[in-house]
Amino acid sequence: MKRQIRFNVNGNPVSLNTEDDRTLLWVLRTDLELTGTKFGCGDGICGSCTVVVDGEAIRSCQTSLSQVQGKNVTTVEGLERDGKLHPLQQAFIDHGALQCGFCTSGMLMNAYVMLEKHKKPSRSKIVEEMDDHLCRCGAHQRIVAAIEDAATRTGGGK
Amino acid sequence: MKAVDRRQFCKLLGGGVVVLITTKPSDLFAQQRRGYPEDLNAYLRIDESGHITVFSGKVEMGQGVITSQAQMAAEELGVGIDSITMVLGDTDQCPWDAGTWGSLTTRVFGPALRAAAAEARTVLMKLAAQQLGVPNEQLILTNGVISVAGDPSRKVTYGQLAKGKQITRLVDDKAVLRSVKEFKVMGQSPKPVDGREKVTGAAKFAGDIRLPGMLYARILRPPVHGATAQSIDVSKAKAIGGVTVVEEKDLVAVLHADPEIAAKALAAIKAEWTQPEAAFDTESVGDYFVTKVTDSEVRFTRGDIGAALTRVKQSAGSEGEPRLFEATYRSPYKAHAPIEPHTAVAEMKDGKLTVWAGTQSPFGTRDRLMAEFGMDEKSVRVITPYIGGGFGGKSPSGQAIEAARLARITGKPVMVAWTRAEEFFYDTFDPAAVVKIASAVGPEGKITLWDYHVYAAGDRAAEMFYDVPDVSTRTYMRRGTAEARIHPFAVGSWRAPGAGTNVFARESQLDIMAAAAGIDPLAFRLQNTSEARVRNTLEAAAKAYGWKAAAGPSGQGRGIAIGYDSGTYAAIVAQVSVDRSTGAVKVDRIVCSQDMGIVVNPNGARMQMEGCVAMGLGYVFSEEIDFNGGEIRSMDFASYEIPRFSWMPPIETVLVSNDELAPQGGGEPAIVPLGAAIANAVFDATGVRLYRLPMTRERVLAAMKSEEKQKAG
Repeated sequence: MKRQIRFNVNGNPVSLNTEDDRTLLWVLRTDLELTGTKFGCGDGICGSCTVVVDGEAIRSCQTSLSQVQGKNVTTVEGLERDGKLHPLQQAFIDHGALQCGFCTSGMLMNAYVMLEKHKKPSRSKIVEEMDDHLCRCGAHQRIVAAIEDAATRTGGGK
Repeated sequence: MKAVDRRQFCKLLGGGVVVLITTKPSDLFAQQRRGYPEDLNAYLRIDESGHITVFSGKVEMGQGVITSQAQMAAEELGVGIDSITMVLGDTDQCPWDAGTWGSLTTRVFGPALRAAAAEARTVLMKLAAQQLGVPNEQLILTNGVISVAGDPSRKVTYGQLAKGKQITRLVDDKAVLRSVKEFKVMGQSPKPVDGREKVTGAAKFAGDIRLPGMLYARILRPPVHGATAQSIDVSKAKAIGGVTVVEEKDLVAVLHADPEIAAKALAAIKAEWTQPEAAFDTESVGDYFVTKVTDSEVRFTRGDIGAALTRVKQSAGSEGEPRLFEATYRSPYKAHAPIEPHTAVAEMKDGKLTVWAGTQSPFGTRDRLMAEFGMDEKSVRVITPYIGGGFGGKSPSGQAIEAARLARITGKPVMVAWTRAEEFFYDTFDPAAVVKIASAVGPEGKITLWDYHVYAAGDRAAEMFYDVPDVSTRTYMRRGTAEARIHPFAVGSWRAPGAGTNVFARESQLDIMAAAAGIDPLAFRLQNTSEARVRNTLEAAAKAYGWKAAAGPSGQGRGIAIGYDSGTYAAIVAQVSVDRSTGAVKVDRIVCSQDMGIVVNPNGARMQMEGCVAMGLGYVFSEEIDFNGGEIRSMDFASYEIPRFSWMPPIETVLVSNDELAPQGGGEPAIVPLGAAIANAVFDATGVRLYRLPMTRERVLAAMKSEEKQKAG
């Protein structure tokens, strides 16, 4: 159904007069030209399209526009604040926690929510929380190390 | 002064200095160029501020060559890596290149790039000497600034010398590469050049290109390979507002500015297909090859394998004579399964076709586009943005052709982005393969003969580096023959194509013989090879692991294997635990050692080794395309499982020091020995040998049950 959909993306209000059954992923990538969120499988399996909606990591390829009406959406483009990288982003660079970089946005967004919920996750907790995100290049152990490090940097280590 | 030849001429430089210039490359560059352009300016440009742009036909798909190439150029130019911007895979800007595969960037393009940069440095130093009026020996080069020793106020910069213009060669250039001892940038591990872009979402992949008026295309696909359309009805698709329908003989597509509407239009097409009969499937493929294929080629031979086989068979069972071991190993069709599916955007504008494609082969793709449309080199440009993983699967780039055809037909910019199902369906799988080995070991634990037959995988990494007197390596289904085309779908190059299968077979067979001879598997390998690099690499892995010698199966659950690929030796020690009730194998630890000659970027090299191991766990435990003839049943990540975080053991990497050797390949070697190392570890834990990849828990359980039965019987 065509209607007015309003939500916030990375702190900015968005208003679209469009079909409400459209998929969030494609609205982000086309209408809003926020291409950091990736299409990897379209089945909700790989995790590349993960964004944060009202504090929860969701698969944007499985989410319709009507589900984000009135909500706050954060994408990878929203992690950096005032030209300063989020500690997770910095840790990913420092640990070499990415190779091709295609799964990276989804990894970061899922890890971001995890660190909001668990200030200092154990290694096994990180593995459990990240297990539904696929990386084909094989950066897994560096991703885990980067998240551990970022947890410390954000104060979880204290 | 000797006569000036035709390729030399005089030039007046700024400041009134006359220099003799030439178009001839230095001896160094002439040696290292290997088919790459002779013109230095094809590789680099220095602008007036001294900033350097380096051009390379190689592409960045996660292997880190955007950083390592910048390091090589920076080292030889004598600048920091921050002074360099890389331009990769753009056919209008970069020197021609065959494609990014085979771990060739560092070992083959690298020398050409380094030599070009070294020669540029030599020219700039000579110009500086003339401008500053001092001999070359009195100059100091620091990050692109050349100054007089003892008088740093007398200086000139690269930017002032080059002025953004072409660098002209000077006669009698004596360019030399910097030695390992002099390295300031190579041998270091700078932060990846592309890191920041990739963590902020700013990095552009082909699917992120946006052009005004661009349409998203979806293409009608057959349900199985080899199917022919009986009828196609596009009327319902046409009825959807704003949809463009293209109907050509071999290309039916729907396009719309919204990719989801294009997908709906595709779903609205009704098509009926006739399907061909299946000749073989997931289970029967190996037997089909072995029974149907007859043509073969001896690729390597030493001694007299026929006589050796006859001898060992005649003396079979006699005390003090070699014992014969025969075994058959199998591996399945495997997908590349990069997280980014094949994607391209094409635009026709003012007679020029520009295609942005996630391709490992920008120049090959340009050539295909030129051939397809009868266009010349100047009218076709392929630009390669970042690639979301390739692993050999993005060398063929059919999506680029599809996008270009549709852009020409519709007159609008078009994006073709394959779905995950299309990615699996049109992948060029690593072919299923069979290896049959007959080998013999003497009473002293020396291998006496090696008769090796490989179907479909080729003989990459099948080199026999053990000291065996009688050897034969025979390949079946050679490239280019009819029998190489009996696959019901496309096959191609996976990460180290065929090498993992060959090394799985060879190193498993080594372990079988070691166990039968009652010798520790590491000791058995060492006593059968005199090749220093093999020994060093094996010993480095064993030492880092803390190897405890014992004949298998020792119950320790550790296995070792070594492979050679792309000029590099890689050895792996794997430690596993096996759940006897379920057949589940857990990898508890991996130690991987690698001799790759001079290491350009140690951290980058380790990342590739870890990546090989992590990705490799898939071919070891789960990855197998399920098919029946041309029907592909593995079309998503649920039916084709790739490794996850919870599968990962700690992966330790050891770089074996070998600065005597030029840099070798690093993207593929470490994936090669993983299957054998784990199979050998499973044997060491359980006494059960696995001959077929992947080693699913069902297969491990079945192998253990059949072993128990044999023991009981």
